[in-house]
Amino acid sequence: MQKVRYTIVSNREVASGTFRLVLEGDCSSFERGGQFADIALDGFFLRRPIAATSWGDGRLEMYYKVVGEGTEALSKMAPGACLDVLAGLGNGFDASACKRSALVVCGGLGASPAFTLVRDLLASGRSVRLILGFNTAADAILLDEYRALGVEPEVVTMDGTLGAKGLVTDVMGEPDCDFFYTCGPKVMMRAVCERMKVNGEASLEERMGCGCGICYGCTCKTTSGPRRVCADGPVFRKEEIIW
Amino acid sequence: MVADKSLAVSLGSLDFRNPVVPASGTFGFGTEMSSVYDIDILGGISLKGTTLEPRYGNDCPRIAECPDGMLNSVGLQNPGIDALVEKKAPALRRVFGGVIIANVSGFSVAEYRECCRRVAACDDIDLIEVNVSCPNVHGGGMAFGTSPKSAAEVTAAVKEVAGSKPVFVKLSPNVTDIVAVARACEDAGADGLTLINTILGMRIDLKTRKPVLANRYGGFSGRAVLPIALRMVNQVSHACSIPVMGCGGVASASDVIEMMMAGATVVQVGAENLRNPYACKEIVESLPGTMQSLGIRDIKEIIGTV
Repeated sequence: MQKVRYTIVSNREVASGTFRLVLEGDCSSFERGGQFADIALDGFFLRRPIAATSWGDGRLEMYYKVVGEGTEALSKMAPGACLDVLAGLGNGFDASACKRSALVVCGGLGASPAFTLVRDLLASGRSVRLILGFNTAADAILLDEYRALGVEPEVVTMDGTLGAKGLVTDVMGEPDCDFFYTCGPKVMMRAVCERMKVNGEASLEERMGCGCGICYGCTCKTTSGPRRVCADGPVFRKEEIIW
Repeated sequence: MVADKSLAVSLGSLDFRNPVVPASGTFGFGTEMSSVYDIDILGGISLKGTTLEPRYGNDCPRIAECPDGMLNSVGLQNPGIDALVEKKAPALRRVFGGVIIANVSGFSVAEYRECCRRVAACDDIDLIEVNVSCPNVHGGGMAFGTSPKSAAEVTAAVKEVAGSKPVFVKLSPNVTDIVAVARACEDAGADGLTLINTILGMRIDLKTRKPVLANRYGGFSGRAVLPIALRMVNQVSHACSIPVMGCGGVASASDVIEMMMAGATVVQVGAENLRNPYACKEIVESLPGTMQSLGIRDIKEIIGTV
């Protein structure tokens, strides 16, 4: 964890209610895809945890959805403004757990924290099958960015406005992979975990207090006892998670 | 860090290098933060509230945003008293030379007593804070702190087994007359008092029309409670002769000074740690400058001056 003062480079709506935020500042505390930042906002007591999409060359990129007053306020901030951020939080995905080929299944905004994971998997010679599910075409994010990494996302929408119509589990089939990763709505991740015979990881979400493991405000039940989503997670092994 | 004697305070025979102590429940078991900054600059650390048996606590959501504050309903998640005395306190002692405070809670007088008996035998714990004020558990915690009689019963039972360790009773603000509870604890032998714990509150999600917290109600803390905490610390410190650790809404060096003027000898920083995990460090570092700007040469001189 590191407290960093970032400057907003851009903050634009790129999908329905979904913003892409680019910050300039020290990114050295981020190591793995799936980690997050906790952003302080004027007028709000608690920080807002937002997953890191990617980072490098002193730039941190994140996607967030406007879901309440805090993210609404963030969406109105202009380039040049400064943000007080706790950076490099959470454990992130373990790309090394996959030995040969990975299935990555994301729902909605879950496409964001998986981005660096997919990049790292590809960079280390693993093959990646990527399924991205959205409610509707207007929610789709990061499709071109994933293509630029060299992976063609299999897109599914609930209403059929983009890609296949239905749920991510409708198109999964019998995946040929030795490890899987999933990030998105809990009900989707649960369905994915229950379908998969191989081991995998899922990134959980919970309302947080501190974001760094000192308040126990975001504890979840696991097979290895109570664990803090912010500090022990947010990524947990399939077999640990008690849905 | 060179010890700055002008910041030192004492509670009885216990010396604090400065009055800044992270409050129970807002700093884990201390070691969580030792890799983030050198925690050995803090005056003391009040450890996460501990019960006889391990507890999972309440379901999530346990946290809710509020104007200038927050609600929590963690519900005393903890690994149990044996893990505290055998693992958590010794691990903290290896990296921390300040005052280590065990915060204990229970669901019966006998449970409070047994917890404190085990804590009393632990060399790594310097002070016992008896939590009779947790608003987030049913049939325990606050149930004992809202009546002078039961608060006194817990205090007397704990004092019998606490040996040489000072016993501070942490009081609830959710009472009609906090002075009556404070006096009852003093009469029952408490060595000091910590106040205030959180104020019972709630938030409602307008879309789902349900409480935000899974536990329905939770404890309100944060900057908004500072005036309430100051008032109660002031009332209690005037009414009692035992020392007070002031807690509630403290977020800066000037808040620490204000709390000490109100009557606190030691000042606990709570919810502010959750929005800024570096809060206690920043407060310790800015205290000398703030004192200088106010013409305070030694922090002890301002205790209870109002």
